[in-house]
Amino acid sequence: MTSRTLDEREPRLIAFRNQINHWDVKLSPYLYISPFFILFAITGLFPLLYTAYVSLHKWSIIGGQGDFIGFDNFAFILGNGDFWVALRNTFSIFLLSAVPQIILAILIAAALDANLKAKTFWRMGVLLPYVVTPVAISIVFSVMFADKTGIVNTFLMNLGLDPVGWHSEPLPAHFAIALMVNFRWTGYTALIFLAAMQAIPRDYYEAAMIDGAGPVRRFFSITIPQLRPTMIFVVVTSTIGGLQIFDEPRLYDTFGRGGADGQWMTLTLFIYKLGWTDQNFGRASAVAWLLFLIIIAFAALNLILTRAIASSSTKSIKNAGKKKVSA
Amino acid sequence: MSVEAKEAELLIPTPRRGRRGGKAGVMQPGWLGYTFLTIVLIIAAYPLYWTFMIASGDATTVTRRPFLTLPGPNFIENALRVIDSPTLPVSFWSATLNSIIVSGVVAASVVFFSTLAGYAFSKLRFKGKNGLLYFVIATLAVPTQLAVVPLYIVMVNLKLTGNLLAVILPAVVSAFGVFWMTQYMRQALPYELIEAARVDGASMFRTFWSIALPSARPAAAMLALFIFIQTWTNFFWPFIVLDNKSATLPVALATLSNNYFDDYSLIFAGVIISIVPLFLLFLVTGRQLVKGIMEGAVKG
Repeated sequence: MTSRTLDEREPRLIAFRNQINHWDVKLSPYLYISPFFILFAITGLFPLLYTAYVSLHKWSIIGGQGDFIGFDNFAFILGNGDFWVALRNTFSIFLLSAVPQIILAILIAAALDANLKAKTFWRMGVLLPYVVTPVAISIVFSVMFADKTGIVNTFLMNLGLDPVGWHSEPLPAHFAIALMVNFRWTGYTALIFLAAMQAIPRDYYEAAMIDGAGPVRRFFSITIPQLRPTMIFVVVTSTIGGLQIFDEPRLYDTFGRGGADGQWMTLTLFIYKLGWTDQNFGRASAVAWLLFLIIIAFAALNLILTRAIASSSTKSIKNAGKKKVSA
Repeated sequence: MSVEAKEAELLIPTPRRGRRGGKAGVMQPGWLGYTFLTIVLIIAAYPLYWTFMIASGDATTVTRRPFLTLPGPNFIENALRVIDSPTLPVSFWSATLNSIIVSGVVAASVVFFSTLAGYAFSKLRFKGKNGLLYFVIATLAVPTQLAVVPLYIVMVNLKLTGNLLAVILPAVVSAFGVFWMTQYMRQALPYELIEAARVDGASMFRTFWSIALPSARPAAAMLALFIFIQTWTNFFWPFIVLDNKSATLPVALATLSNNYFDDYSLIFAGVIISIVPLFLLFLVTGRQLVKGIMEGAVKG
């Protein structure tokens, strides 16, 4: 399309083309970003609001919408012992997975941060479990942690220890489920920390070395404080995902009800039970909203808390670093 | 040519690497580091090895001791029994096919729509741009997964339960993808190229299609990989909305484990079948996955 052919065109046509072009420039950006917003409106925003609407009604899976009953569903849930057990289990599993995972991931990242031979091999090696489906992991671990025949208890007994009730008791069950989560995610998290470690300016370490700080001291006084922003990121993302945990507890036994006494019943499992086993969508929606609020509150709290800690400590570290370099 | 050269120039990582490798600060790996990592890898690999051992044995292997032995001879037979089982209500063949379709379509559409939106957010001028981008990022924190009840009601009304579309449609674009592509294109796509195309008379979409899309290829490939794996391993929503005929692999695997809970050699053969496709993918693309996680982490 050369300028000569344009000039030969009718003026009216050119004006028309300019008009088209004008709208093209104006509207295209909105058009390009619209798929996300349309989809979010349909599958994110609308369902969340609709969940609130459903939660205020009697609503069964077959009969559909029933009477408006105000906050009766919420009152039922909050007065139901199962909800509190599920809440306790969810937080217990979350803490048992998040805390060890972050510590172990930082250690692995520190090991990977050294000048290793065959770097890619080690990095890919720790990432391998990430591609295993949680369902597969859960089936395998539930058998490994079987109370009577599991290899974990065999191993413990070979060591002369008592077997643990991995399924019959709540805390061991939470531990086993947390282990499944960490099996899949620790390597992934380690790579995130590794990237953050490599972004730490190396002169901080030089300055510390000149001041006579050993490797352990350098790790705790430079590496750990510098990783705080990344820790916030990891904690917030794992909160959002971790509090919705479903696959692992669902497949920890073949019944999928979170244990005979709800030893490992989590909130999402509870939503599934209320909605699809009891066929009560109103109550399931009430729990969904409660969990939704908990997650948002928890993520926000995390962000505020850790940001406050991080900003004060990174400032002091940076200042200390500067002083050391200049001195 | 020149596009690629420019692209390459922009993609060269910031000098960080130059500062590394010297004596200063970087720990030299001792036997401690190697030993620790070796233990980590053994812990990561052992459950998988154990799984294969049981999948290649018979119904009694799981309770036999000692537990560190060689694989048995029955894996192929067990796998075939899972695949061709007349009593199992799900077919692993169709489950694998369903997983490929769902993950492939979702990955392709997320990449396309995210690149489109990322291009607009990073390179085009329009009113409310920053506010809208913040909104996209904020939705990352919204646990939309919890809205399964209304989503299920919607799918029932659309008569889409038991249809792969019920899993595909809610996933065709993601906030993570939009954010990822925006970040990448901000640095990887020079304005000059876009302007040059516009001056040459290319329409907005033509500019996107022939300039922006090709230059976003490296990030798009990584995004596709992550979305593919994420969709493949997804269980909660597919489990709710799909039936035996439309089951994806994780759903089929859950059904298998509920049907044969007394013969672990079959269940574990199913586990191996469900793992193998992503393992092969990992062997080919693991390097990109590592790179993607590390780059995403620095930016995010």
